[in-house]
Amino acid sequence: MGQPVLKGTTAGATLVTLSGKSPEVVPLPAAPAKPFAAKLAPLTKSILVNLLPPLITVALILLFWQIAASGPQSSLPPPTKIWEEAKDLIVEPFYWAGSQDIGLGWRILVSLQRVAIGFSLAAIVGVLLGALVGQSVWAMRGLDPVFQVLRTVPPLAWLPLSLAAFRDSQPSAIFVIFITAIWPVIINTAVGIRNIPQDYRNVAKVLRLNQVEFFFKIMVPSAAPYIFTGLRIGVGLSWLAIVAAEMLTGGVGIGFFIWDAWNSSRLSDIIVALVYIGVVGFLLDRLVALVGHVVTRGTATN
Amino acid sequence: MSYLKIDHVDKSFQRGAATTEVLKDVSLVIDKGEFVSIIGHSGCGKSTLLNIIAGLTPATTGGILLEDKEVNAPGPDRAVVFQNHSLLPWLTVYDNVALAVNKVFGRTKSKAQRHDWIMHNLDLVQMGHARDKRPGEISGGMKQRVGIARGLAMEPKILLLDEPFGALDALTRAHLQDSVMQIHAALGNTMIMITHDVDEAVLLSDRIVMLTNGPSARIGEVLDVHLARPRKRLELVTDRTYIAAREAVLKFLYERHRFVEAA
Repeated sequence: MGQPVLKGTTAGATLVTLSGKSPEVVPLPAAPAKPFAAKLAPLTKSILVNLLPPLITVALILLFWQIAASGPQSSLPPPTKIWEEAKDLIVEPFYWAGSQDIGLGWRILVSLQRVAIGFSLAAIVGVLLGALVGQSVWAMRGLDPVFQVLRTVPPLAWLPLSLAAFRDSQPSAIFVIFITAIWPVIINTAVGIRNIPQDYRNVAKVLRLNQVEFFFKIMVPSAAPYIFTGLRIGVGLSWLAIVAAEMLTGGVGIGFFIWDAWNSSRLSDIIVALVYIGVVGFLLDRLVALVGHVVTRGTATN
Repeated sequence: MSYLKIDHVDKSFQRGAATTEVLKDVSLVIDKGEFVSIIGHSGCGKSTLLNIIAGLTPATTGGILLEDKEVNAPGPDRAVVFQNHSLLPWLTVYDNVALAVNKVFGRTKSKAQRHDWIMHNLDLVQMGHARDKRPGEISGGMKQRVGIARGLAMEPKILLLDEPFGALDALTRAHLQDSVMQIHAALGNTMIMITHDVDEAVLLSDRIVMLTNGPSARIGEVLDVHLARPRKRLELVTDRTYIAAREAVLKFLYERHRFVEAA
C-alpha cells in the first residue's frame, strides 16, 4: 500500500456550493387521478391477447372431440362423459382415502420426488463429466464415443438391468431418470466449456486460479447458458421416462395410475391423468427455464 | 541489475510440417518505472511478444528474466490489461476487481483492507461510482478503465497493456491515455504497452521499441523519447522533440518497413 491517491483527476469538476436558502422539495400539483377503468384497460387487454387464443383453441378441440366421440360406436369417452366419471379426480387432486385411493396430486408428487432425486444426480454428475470432456482433449477422445452410443439407448431398455442390479423398484426408477437425463447435460456442458473465450482462460492464468476456483468462478458461469439448455432438455426427458418406468415398476406414481386404470378400463381416468402429466411437464420446463434465466443473467451481455 | 530482461527470444509456430517463425532474436532490457511501447504493423508479432512476457505463450528459445529470475508461466506479478478488456460479464465491476484482489492478497490482507484496496483502485481509474454495475451496462472506455484497475490492483511488478485503447473512439482514447499517464506518474509502475498508434506511443513512452514486419520480426529500432513529464497533449503538438520522435517512428513504419499486404 502506501501509494498516493491521484489528485485532480477530475480536473475542472469543481464543487460549487450554492449560497442562499437550502434546496427544498417543491410539491407538484397532484396529477388528476386516472379513472379506475382506464388503469385497468391495458392489463385487461394483455390478458385477453395472451389468454384468449389458447382458450379458444382448447374450446374448439373439446367441441370437436365431443362431436367425434358421441357416436354409439365410439370407443373413447367424450369430454362430458369424462367429467361425469372422473369429476372427483379433476376437482379434488389431494384427497386421501386409503393407500391406493388417493388424488392425482399426491401421485404426481410421488413421481416428482423420483424425478427430483434422479434429475439432481444427473445434473451434478452430468456437469462434472461434461466439464471433464469439455476441458480435456483426452477425456473427450476416450469418453465421447461411449456417450454417443449410450445416449441412444431408450430409457426403458435400462429398466430390466437396473431392476436386476438394485432389486427394488424405487432406486430402479430413479436410475432410469438419471440415465435418461444425464446425456443432454453432459453434451451441452461440454460444448459450453469448449466455448469459453480464450480471454477468460487468460484472466484465470494470470490470476493463477487453481482448478477448483477455475471451475466455480469461470467455467460454470461462462458455460451456464449451455448447461441450462442441457438441464431443460434433461428435465423434459426425465418426465417422459418416469411415466413409462412407473407403468412397469408399480407403486404410487402417476405412471402406475395410468396402467392400473387401463387394467380396470377406466379410460376417463387415463385422460385426466394425461392432462395432469402434460401440465406438470410444461411447468417443470418453465421452472428450469426460469432458474436458468435468473442464474445466467448478465452472462450473455458482454 | 536489469529489472526485466527479454533474452534472445525466438518464437515459431508449428502447423503440421510448416514452421512459421514469428519473432527472431528479440532482446530488450527494461528498467524499473519505465514506460515502454512496442509498435509495429499488425501481424508482426507484437501481441505474441507481450504474451511471451506475460507467460501466456512459451518462447521457443530464449526467455524472460524478471529481477534476474526466469519467468515462464503467467502470474499476477505481470498483470495484463487485455485488448478487449476481458471482464467477466457475470460479475459486477467491483467483483471483477475483487476476484483479482482476493486471489492475490487473500492471505496477506484482511477483508476490510482488501475492500479498501479494491475501492482505491476503482477510484484511481474514476470508476468507484459504477462499482455495482455489470460490464454489459457500462461503455467500452469504462470497461477498459476497470480492466486497468484490475491490473493495477494485483500490484504487479510490470503492467502489460495489449493495445488497451485499440477498440475505443478517439476522444475516449485520449481520456484514458491521460489517466494512464497520471497513474504512471503517481505510482511509478513499470509498463509495457503494445500499440499501433504512433501518437499514443510518443505521448506515453519513455522508449519506443519498433518491430520489423513479420515473419521473423525483430527489433528494428529503439527510440528514446526525451520529453519532460508531465506531458500535456496540447503543448506537445508544437514541441520539436515530439515532432521529431513522431517523424522517426512514422519513417520507420512507412518508409523502411512498409506494410506489404499479405499476397
